[in-house]
Amino acid sequence: MRRSFVNTESIVVLAGAIFLIVVLPCLNAFTAPQSWLHVSDFTINLYGKYLCYAMLAISVDLLWGYTGLLSLGQALFFSLGGYMMGMYLMRMIGSLGQYREPIPDFLVFLGWSNLPAIWKPFNSFAFAMMMAVLLPGGLAAVFGFLAFRSRIRGVYFAILTQALTYAACLLFFRNSLLMGGNNGFTDFKFIVGYNLNLSATQRGLYICSAVALLFVYLLCKWMTSTKFGKIQRAIRDSETRVLFSGYSTAHFKLFVFVLASLIASLGGVLYVPQVGIINPSEMAPDHSLEAVVWVAVGGRGTLIGPILGAILVNGLKSWATRAYPDMWLLFLGALFIFVTLFMPSGIIGLPGQVRALKKKIQDRGRPAPPSDLTGAAPLPQPVPANSAAAPGRNASKPG
Amino acid sequence: MTSTPPHPEFILLLENVSKSFEGFKAISNLTFYMDAGELRVVIGPNGAGKSTMLDLITGRIRPDAGKIEFGKDTDLTTLSEPAINRLGIGRKFQTPAVYIDHTVFENIRLSLEGSRGLWNALFSRLTAQRRDRIYEILKTVSLDAKSGVKAGALSHGQKQWLEIGMLLAQNPRLLLVDEPAAGMTDEETHKTGELLLSLEGRHSILVIEHDMTFVRQIARKVTVLHQGSVLCEGSVDEVQNDERVREVYLGRKKKDKH
Repeated sequence: MRRSFVNTESIVVLAGAIFLIVVLPCLNAFTAPQSWLHVSDFTINLYGKYLCYAMLAISVDLLWGYTGLLSLGQALFFSLGGYMMGMYLMRMIGSLGQYREPIPDFLVFLGWSNLPAIWKPFNSFAFAMMMAVLLPGGLAAVFGFLAFRSRIRGVYFAILTQALTYAACLLFFRNSLLMGGNNGFTDFKFIVGYNLNLSATQRGLYICSAVALLFVYLLCKWMTSTKFGKIQRAIRDSETRVLFSGYSTAHFKLFVFVLASLIASLGGVLYVPQVGIINPSEMAPDHSLEAVVWVAVGGRGTLIGPILGAILVNGLKSWATRAYPDMWLLFLGALFIFVTLFMPSGIIGLPGQVRALKKKIQDRGRPAPPSDLTGAAPLPQPVPANSAAAPGRNASKPG
Repeated sequence: MTSTPPHPEFILLLENVSKSFEGFKAISNLTFYMDAGELRVVIGPNGAGKSTMLDLITGRIRPDAGKIEFGKDTDLTTLSEPAINRLGIGRKFQTPAVYIDHTVFENIRLSLEGSRGLWNALFSRLTAQRRDRIYEILKTVSLDAKSGVKAGALSHGQKQWLEIGMLLAQNPRLLLVDEPAAGMTDEETHKTGELLLSLEGRHSILVIEHDMTFVRQIARKVTVLHQGSVLCEGSVDEVQNDERVREVYLGRKKKDKH
């Protein structure tokens, strides 16, 4: 039974990967715009964004669903990755900005005439990518080290991570940080020599996001299948026992926390060139909370769940913010409450829930005829089937 | 006073240990010695400091004063829980602490002695030899038929045994067992007693227990704790006939009857 589940999952993943990595970009590139098969540049761009969010969702789930560490600040690492990419993209604008100066516009506006030292190395793409690893990873390592060494867990950990992202958000709002203040970075032109306004470049970025997501999925799939993954879940279910079995749980949690921060950062790196803007509001606590909702909706403690949740909830958001702009947050809140109350294992857990419910109805419906919900048609059929199964079931009931 | 003076074969030594929580003296001037290979039972009324004593030994809390040593001069008062466990001290909790989402087999696997490192956890594979060892342990705790079942689906008694199995898998020199018979049927309790007796000699075992029938079944030497220190030590009969013990522990029962 377990094996067949694994196979179902790998088939779904393979099909999903082919669809996202090959089919969608091809439909975008090789079909005529008027064809019903055509996928517009707008859609490709939108999906690219969702796939980056999916990486953020996996990062939340790796901590929350697998290790029992609810982080309410994962969007911070996503944003930091985004900012590092943003700094590189700002340098690539060159002298094409509004002021026609060789330094980013906001710096001109702040009265700078030369490039500040921290900005200089960001001419290099490789350096920016290195920083997108070191900054979020380093921050996660320091914060995690202090938090896990002091045995901070549960609600306290959640609150601290939220405070961390809020503090960073306030810091990035300041002009004196030289990170663009509340406007952040925008108006990007080129990435490694390609024009960001061309649909081919955007398609390339979309494909990169899909491939990156597949890579993250496979990495996490492998990791959660090792003894390490089992220790992760053991920490979630009984940390004391793990501790008293000789494992330094702080090391394991720190490793997961840093890895999760890097996955979130990767999402942010790919997100920024596709949406064309990064500003401190990305670090606002509600962004991290939204990511938690995606995971809850999709199904935590699984890897497909967060991906599904991120795509579906953001699809819903894209629609709802246009159709009912003022209602979106109410929608989101209601969705979270609904999922928490009625779908504890999310969309992924739905088939299992339906099966359990069916069985329950069958068992209950036996003596008394089912109520109006079931309708009249299916009634006559179960009755003969029941009489055969009845003795076994009745016998098992008292036990 | 009641304890014998130290000699080199002690596996566990507590001398003049004190610990208070916000003014309440949970452990006060406790001196306790245990021989290597011994099966010792610690009894005492509620609040006598039995579980606190285990917390102190396993590094969960630190003593305010006193000496806690394992084997020959290994100071336990500065080490972390995992470090103390790796020295060879295993602990079973009062309420069974097992990994409910993992199978019985995996529960034992994660407890099996060997590397506790992160890289090992990522890259090691389960050898046939270790697999055999796991089944051997499952047989010892009569859970071999349940190896594929999730631990969360086990009965209370089975969870208790699984946790004992997890302890055995660590192959500790000293086992600390906190109320193993709690919540068990009489039959299960008896079986647990036999299991503990079968381990005697290979491991040093310290059992905390309330159930006097169970204590009678397994005890060679009993230590009575009262208000955080040792009241008396001896065989079950000696202890039960001790005036002071009757007063603080058994005596209370007598009064109730009248």
